Amino acid sequence: MSETTTAADAPDEGNFYRALVIRRQLILAALTLALALSLCIDLALGPARFTLSQVIAAILTPDAVSQPLRVVLWEIRMPVALMALVVGASLSIAGAQMQTILSNPLASPFTLGISAGASFGAALALAFGVTLIPGLVDYVIPINAFVMAMLTAFAIHLLSLKRGVTIETIVLLGIAMVFIFNSLMALIQFFASQQAVSAVVFWTMGSLTKATWPKLGISVAVLAVVVPLLARHGWALTAMRLGDAKAESLGVRPRALRLEVLVLVSLLAAIAVAFVGTIGFIGLVGPHIARLLLGEDQRFFLPGSALCGALLLSVGSVLSKVIIPGTIIPIGIITSLVGIPFFLFLVLNHKKASW
Amino acid sequence: MVTLTLDGLSARYGRRQILAGITTPPFTGGQVVALLGPNAAGKSTLFRRILGLLEGSGEVRIEGATSERPVAYMPQETGASAVLTVYESVLLARMQGRSLKVADDDLQAVERALDDLGISTLGARDIDDLSGGQRQLVSAAQALVQAPDILLLDEPTSALDLHRQISLLSILRRLARERGMLVIASLHDLGHALRFTDEALILENGGMIACGPTERVVTPALLRQTFRVEARIEPCSQGRPQLIVEAAV
Repeated sequence: MSETTTAADAPDEGNFYRALVIRRQLILAALTLALALSLCIDLALGPARFTLSQVIAAILTPDAVSQPLRVVLWEIRMPVALMALVVGASLSIAGAQMQTILSNPLASPFTLGISAGASFGAALALAFGVTLIPGLVDYVIPINAFVMAMLTAFAIHLLSLKRGVTIETIVLLGIAMVFIFNSLMALIQFFASQQAVSAVVFWTMGSLTKATWPKLGISVAVLAVVVPLLARHGWALTAMRLGDAKAESLGVRPRALRLEVLVLVSLLAAIAVAFVGTIGFIGLVGPHIARLLLGEDQRFFLPGSALCGALLLSVGSVLSKVIIPGTIIPIGIITSLVGIPFFLFLVLNHKKASW
Repeated sequence: MVTLTLDGLSARYGRRQILAGITTPPFTGGQVVALLGPNAAGKSTLFRRILGLLEGSGEVRIEGATSERPVAYMPQETGASAVLTVYESVLLARMQGRSLKVADDDLQAVERALDDLGISTLGARDIDDLSGGQRQLVSAAQALVQAPDILLLDEPTSALDLHRQISLLSILRRLARERGMLVIASLHDLGHALRFTDEALILENGGMIACGPTERVVTPALLRQTFRVEARIEPCSQGRPQLIVEAAV
């Protein structure tokens, strides 16, 4: 065969692969460093501005810094800044795995209707005081949002179990969900008071300022449970990108894996959206940037998607504070306004198609 | 040595019977078996039934296997687009069902599979950049890297030029002999079947119409009845049977 190599011209494939792995590990390390820097800048910015060295001192030795600095940093800014990382990572991982199992570059918590379901649940509480699960008064809005997001996901799962339903049909079902919820949202806004409409609109813009330590704890716990479960399927998920027939020939059971992963990532996305509102762009673009940088081997793609999503939202949080000094613009607006041109620049300037 | 025996094998797609009553003598490691039949005879279905991907009655008996996953399968589909290099796509075939940690043994297995098929130089290429023929060879490497006792190949030569068809079938024959591996390949070129395979299993409309040594089974009468071509079989200058097709019936 013409591809046959001779001893003289044969490249050392093992060395090529080892170099590729090292390059990817370096990219992951660089993303982690960038994330740490963005987190420190995010913590430094606000009505009271601190220097980076003050921030680092307050993180490393909280007892050695002044009380105002410690209180502002740890009580007010830290949960918000960390929430940006956790929500960014959760949405990006959710988008990455939806794109993987549905073989669709447009799949994300947004396009599958999960975010729209969450918005509808939140709007029910904000406009009419409806509580889907009675109990925790402080958590009515996130619980409503979470319940509706998971109901949407389960509706899609149930419909996808029907014989003859293809992955294209699942994506279409998701888009149908988006339109149904958009109509219901319009209906709510039509009947709700002016004040309630403002609250609904603000919620749907997405805002990290709703973050608290308990909410952060719940989000971290879900992420910490879901990521190892996804990583366990790392090789199978990578194989899914080669198509069902190929994956099946390698011992993967595509339908079962698709269902399990859909449940897991729906949980991730629902928790994230429930606490901070709809932030659409991260779940779509985080994975695409990770794919451009790291390829689709899940051992790198999964952590890469988490880091890219976290970094995008953290940078968005920084920008939301500096664009109009003294005003925190809702993060959902920033990520779309600044992120999408950046994403288009990346896609259009990349020498090869990523999909 | 591994043996594979099919005993009364049938398969259904929903309510539609696709295969019925496939019973064969044991095929043994070291042999190359041709799975032959016109379009829609049930060749791919038989592979999927052997793998357990389809339900049905009958039994697939595998004895004497040494590998953890004794059967590897190369489907006709060579795989969708993905941002992976050839090396990674072969590695992931090797690593299915294993831990995320890649050992040196695994890398050596990938390099050996690429070497075996003469595609070492493709290792660093993105799979999206490959031609159809190259993708088919990578697909064969993905099956081979699993170090199976039994290798099932669904039309492995369909996208290859003549040179690569001959090369691939020669390589498979050599590997079968050297490694005691049983190779079963569905082929449309009956000349290749006569030249490179030891046994032939012939299907038509989901049933088995012949099974035995290829030279004995592939006859002008069978070619006329099942494949609807008038053909002669004559020895070539090297003494091997050669198929000369004269006309479609």
